[in-house]
Amino acid sequence: MYEKDGEKYFVVDSHMHHWDASPENWVAGAENYAKGWIECFHAYQSLAPAETHWTIEHFQKASEEDLMKNVFEDGYVDVAIFQSTYLKEWYTTGFNTTERNAALAEKHPGKFIVNGRWDPREGDAGIAQLESDVERYGLKGVKMYTAEWREGSRGWTLKDPEAYRFLEKSQELGIKNVHVHKGPTIWPLDKDAFDVSDIDHAATDFPELNFIVEHVGLPRIEDFCFMATQEPNVYAGLSVVIGGLMHARPKFFAKVMGELLFWVGEDKMTFGSDYSIWEPKWQIEGLVDWDYPGDEFSDYPRVNVATKKKILGLNAAKLYDIEVPAECQLPAEDADEPAAQDDAVLVGP
Amino acid sequence: MRPAATAAASRVLVALESVRDPELDESITSLGFVASCTVSDDGVAQVRLQLPTYFCAPNFAFLMVADAYDAVSAVSGVSRADIVLEDHFASTEINGGVAARAGFVQSFDGEAVDELESLRATFVRKAVWAGTDRVCRPLIAAGRSGEELVGLTLGEVPASGDLDRLRSRRVELGLPAGDGDPLLIDPSSGTAIRAEDLPLHLRKARVTRVSVEANSGICRSLLQERYRPVGAQGDKR
Repeated sequence: MYEKDGEKYFVVDSHMHHWDASPENWVAGAENYAKGWIECFHAYQSLAPAETHWTIEHFQKASEEDLMKNVFEDGYVDVAIFQSTYLKEWYTTGFNTTERNAALAEKHPGKFIVNGRWDPREGDAGIAQLESDVERYGLKGVKMYTAEWREGSRGWTLKDPEAYRFLEKSQELGIKNVHVHKGPTIWPLDKDAFDVSDIDHAATDFPELNFIVEHVGLPRIEDFCFMATQEPNVYAGLSVVIGGLMHARPKFFAKVMGELLFWVGEDKMTFGSDYSIWEPKWQIEGLVDWDYPGDEFSDYPRVNVATKKKILGLNAAKLYDIEVPAECQLPAEDADEPAAQDDAVLVGP
Repeated sequence: MRPAATAAASRVLVALESVRDPELDESITSLGFVASCTVSDDGVAQVRLQLPTYFCAPNFAFLMVADAYDAVSAVSGVSRADIVLEDHFASTEINGGVAARAGFVQSFDGEAVDELESLRATFVRKAVWAGTDRVCRPLIAAGRSGEELVGLTLGEVPASGDLDRLRSRRVELGLPAGDGDPLLIDPSSGTAIRAEDLPLHLRKARVTRVSVEANSGICRSLLQERYRPVGAQGDKR
């Protein structure tokens, strides 16, 4: 919980990791990819305040003590949601697997929610694995990384018939939340790897599932926004938006937040630190203190304490049925307030 | 290097200014993607390109290398263009493919089903959206009403770099771009925008511009981080 000016903020970090990208875990023959991947992540950390930068060695593999201190002790987080990303073509034991995350979650009861993953290219074996993972870990959510390389394939889309089979199975097994990450090098390479239109199809066809688009489709925010206005079950995951823009590019951060508040609305935006790319502490403190820097943003929806409480934790708590202490809940009238387009002024005359 | 070669190198740099990152709609020179550019006495132009990350999308990277190859090859005094993309996971395929004039599908055998022109067009269309915001925003600030905006032709808009850029992107897509054509058109169909559709149209233009410019900002930061001078690294702990 974070407290500022007498207000108590319940914090759900809905997108974080505990990875092992140390050289010992690089797959022989794929070292360039394994090294390039983690160096790319490390470069993103440079967008944070300098005093929170880590050495590459530390960044490759944070310890359990680091994580507990950075996220919970110093970082105000009440509940953290592990997003599993395998990347086994590059990392021998996986980048951060459900199994590894679950082991940590078990040691610290009540602190973590463990999300699983599936990959439609794994076929029947993948379905069996999903069933067993749900039974073993009680999964409520999964993370999709559509650009993951596998046996010569460089990715997939949620529109693939095989993906639909997994979505059906997920729904049947009681999974509620599907976090989708878009990244480069999706197959086929001549298409736009960041295209979010496949999420549009899946969200329409699986209305009982929630689709949390991590990094809000960055760098395709406009496509994401147009889609999210049409799909009630599509959410904006703010990982990278806060970490990557709030400190390094404050003016663009304000514009991106303004657009998201207008198109998507404060009830469908969720905080994620993307730890350990970035530590949650400065992101949470910064967001609570944040407002638009100046008049040029006056036609975007306003932000207030309720907006920030929703984004930092209450929205994700709803998605994952997390109990929120009474002192952190919103007064009834704030909770019912309509968000987004209604109270925004259209640009222009 | 002889004066002739120096002059040719300047011409090569000018030619590279015309090469754009298709996704960001900015020149690769202003983005800092050109790491070095030399021309030897026998006219071989050597250009090294660098991108913000090791995993930048290979399709856009391919287009930039191929466009640079075409632009540099056309410079007078250049006998051969040697364009090298460095530090990228697909450097070998891209550099080899462009040098052999192989096209994208052949360069990425089995990984692509089409050349990149439709991808390029998608992003030029985004550039038209973003450019619409750049041109309209000052007009609105100057007090133009919605009715006036939908009635404006391109020839009636005060001259500006942003207007030139918008027109040239419309030309690239085969959209109406003459003096008598409307300022506000649907970037897909080319039809004029009606007054009742204006607020949403401007909203779409603005979010597209925000998206492209925020993306561009992140790319610049990452490039700077990746290639900053040795010794300038951040603090450690």
